[in-house]
Amino acid sequence: MLSRVANSLYWMARYIERAENIARIVDVNLQLLLDMRNLDEKRLIEYWEPIVQATGDDEAFFKAHPHATGKAVTEFLVFQPENPNSIFQCICSARENARMVRDQITLELWEELNRVYLFIRSPHARKVWDRSPSEFFQEIKSASLHVIGIINATMVHDEGWWFVQAGQFLERADKTTRILDVRHRTLPERGAPVNVSPTDAIEWSAVLRSCSAWDAYKTISGADVHPRLVAEFLLLDDNFPRSVRFCVTGLNRAVRRISGVAEGHFCNDAEKLTGRFLAELQFSTVDEIFEIGLHKYLDDAQLKLNNIGAALFQAYIFQPFQNPDEQHMVQQEEQQQQARPAPPSTLVRPY
Amino acid sequence: MLKKYKVNGGFDEMLCAKTGIRDHYRKFHKTFEKMKPVEFDAKREAVDAAFMRQGITFNVYGDAQGAEKIFPFDLLPRIIPATEWEFLERGLTQRITALNLFLHDIYHEQKILKDGVIPEFYVLSARHFRREFVNFNVPKDIYIHICGTDLIRDKDGNYLVLEDNGRCPSGVSYVLENRRAMKRTFPSMFEGIGVRPVENYAQELLKSLRYIAPAGVADPTVVLLTPGAYNSAYFEHTYLARQMGIEIVEGRDLFIRDSRVFMRTTKGLQPVHVIYRRIDDDFIDPTVFRRDSMLGVAGLINAYRAGNVSLANSIGTGIADDKVMYYFVPRMIKYYLDQEPILPNVPTYLASEKEDMKYIMEHLPELVVKAANESGGYGMLMGPKASKAEIEKFRKLVIAEPRNYIAQPMIYLSQHPTFCEGKFEGRHIDLRPFILSGERVSIIPGGLTRVALRKGSLVVNSSQGGGSKDTWVLYGDE
Repeated sequence: MLSRVANSLYWMARYIERAENIARIVDVNLQLLLDMRNLDEKRLIEYWEPIVQATGDDEAFFKAHPHATGKAVTEFLVFQPENPNSIFQCICSARENARMVRDQITLELWEELNRVYLFIRSPHARKVWDRSPSEFFQEIKSASLHVIGIINATMVHDEGWWFVQAGQFLERADKTTRILDVRHRTLPERGAPVNVSPTDAIEWSAVLRSCSAWDAYKTISGADVHPRLVAEFLLLDDNFPRSVRFCVTGLNRAVRRISGVAEGHFCNDAEKLTGRFLAELQFSTVDEIFEIGLHKYLDDAQLKLNNIGAALFQAYIFQPFQNPDEQHMVQQEEQQQQARPAPPSTLVRPY
Repeated sequence: MLKKYKVNGGFDEMLCAKTGIRDHYRKFHKTFEKMKPVEFDAKREAVDAAFMRQGITFNVYGDAQGAEKIFPFDLLPRIIPATEWEFLERGLTQRITALNLFLHDIYHEQKILKDGVIPEFYVLSARHFRREFVNFNVPKDIYIHICGTDLIRDKDGNYLVLEDNGRCPSGVSYVLENRRAMKRTFPSMFEGIGVRPVENYAQELLKSLRYIAPAGVADPTVVLLTPGAYNSAYFEHTYLARQMGIEIVEGRDLFIRDSRVFMRTTKGLQPVHVIYRRIDDDFIDPTVFRRDSMLGVAGLINAYRAGNVSLANSIGTGIADDKVMYYFVPRMIKYYLDQEPILPNVPTYLASEKEDMKYIMEHLPELVVKAANESGGYGMLMGPKASKAEIEKFRKLVIAEPRNYIAQPMIYLSQHPTFCEGKFEGRHIDLRPFILSGERVSIIPGGLTRVALRKGSLVVNSSQGGGSKDTWVLYGDE
């Protein structure tokens, strides 16, 4: 498979997953504010600021807006074309990536991506948003789920499909850690909180809902919402499809299917880092995590996921001499190839 | 629904002013008349929505929004009877054979120049003549593998050749998609009327491409080289690649080592043997042609010269697109094949010929003036429709650079009933058949019928408000 194609499939999956997660985060926060009383502007900002931080674009946001008001944040995260991670731009980027590999994806997948793209670019999208934001988010969420379903049901499960899986799981794991981090200001720096107020409970259930985890959590832990249990569920649960452990398991399977290297071995950094992170998630308890401090732990997790993404790029996508005019770069690359120790036999390149 | 439709001067494809509906339209007309206007409206909307949903679009250059438009599609098919098509096929085969012989000749012995059939000056001064490839042998001696020759009909219904596109002709994907749309919309018509299928174009194309694989490669890897997702024909590139089951690559996906071409894949470098390139000569290799090209592959030409990779179309075919060369095609047919041209050219005047120049200057307001190396309806003057200022502007251009201009009388293209603003009206059309040269010459039945949707307009290019129609070649004559 062409490296460029693999890259596009991977990013297509990431962007569509990202759009869905942002939709859920913003949707849940809007719902949450309906349950709150005595909200003045300052309090409102306290609810919206963490949302911006959760998406990781706080720097860009505060450049454009002085305060994290509800209107500014929703506009920034939903429609703003200048924000590369707004839902609008995510949908456009997902579709653009799909367009670049139009010959590699199925008609059904292309049509669905194109449909949601045409929707979000139409004046109709604004109308739906003005009438009912939750209806708007429903549209985005179901488009994403639809896309995931179509990918699984119509695409050949070959290398390209595994790149899609890798992108999807990586993005989802990242977003789950960020959503879980939203309420970190209410937590002690280290250790789990002892007393949980009713307001806290509502806020933590919003965290669960942002991950579509509310129903699943209840069947396992009952209606009692405690940050410790929420974190355990969203980080370490074995079977919930949005928990970090579940996603990293999926990611690990994907990178191994791409290279064909068996469990317990690795032939590139992506596999090494994924395997290592997975082992850590498998052999950790939530108390240990709170001992480190949830916020710090989540920060580290995001860093690890970023590194895995970068390593995937290095292993399969990186085009070291893109500019044909820079012949010296080509030579440099050739020298590097010779100096590098021989890779394991599965990756010997047919030069 | 077509009751009110009338011939308004010129040649009408469906209606004859004297005898009414032409024979080959009769069956279609009968079925079509049974349809109610509401039904037709519903079908039309469904087709447009389907094209938009499927992203069957072209990019509009210079649009900051990155807008994509659908290529407007008219539901009334253009119909060609079997005998007429056989005649066109013969004419087109003759023409492509002569063009390939001409290209071989001017890149080798240059007999046609030495014998004085074509003045040397015209060939040697052609912008797309590639001196570097003189005496280079292209695989299987085929230069133009894929040719799109534009045909028009004059006011008496005679077919004329308007131009040859021997570089990277586009539009064939619309032929295939239009047919699919028509089959979905009028499923019952095809069987009753007897329309020749177009589906096997992709197989034929792949066959032609595999045919030119470098010697000794039993199972060649064929790829399609595209300028990228922002090219206006990108949809077509992906469409054809998908239909042929080959990889679509950009310049940055390819890499040359030891004069061999490889593509970068997740499993390392993999060899490439045949490239169906949709990039012009100028951009294909920055080390040989334009240095600033970001689309090309450095070293590709070296690999091509070494015989390790084959290109379709070959380098240097652009000279056949030169509108001055077009003037000489009838002479080429006579010279190489010793035949009379089956399909005539439009009468053409060369600005570099003294007599012609005089005529052009005297008759400028009646003539169509074209730049020799432009396409897409750009760089063109439509004398009868132009303002005085435009005419004077072109007069200066032609005088300054006579080699670069030709002039033709205004041809009133044939008309075809077309649905416009709620009713059926006659609109001008042309036809671009697609000719493949491999082991043998094969032509997809019909081709792309383009229609000028603006009333009275004679420019059918999609960039200038043109649309398209499905083209039906019948098994019989009615």
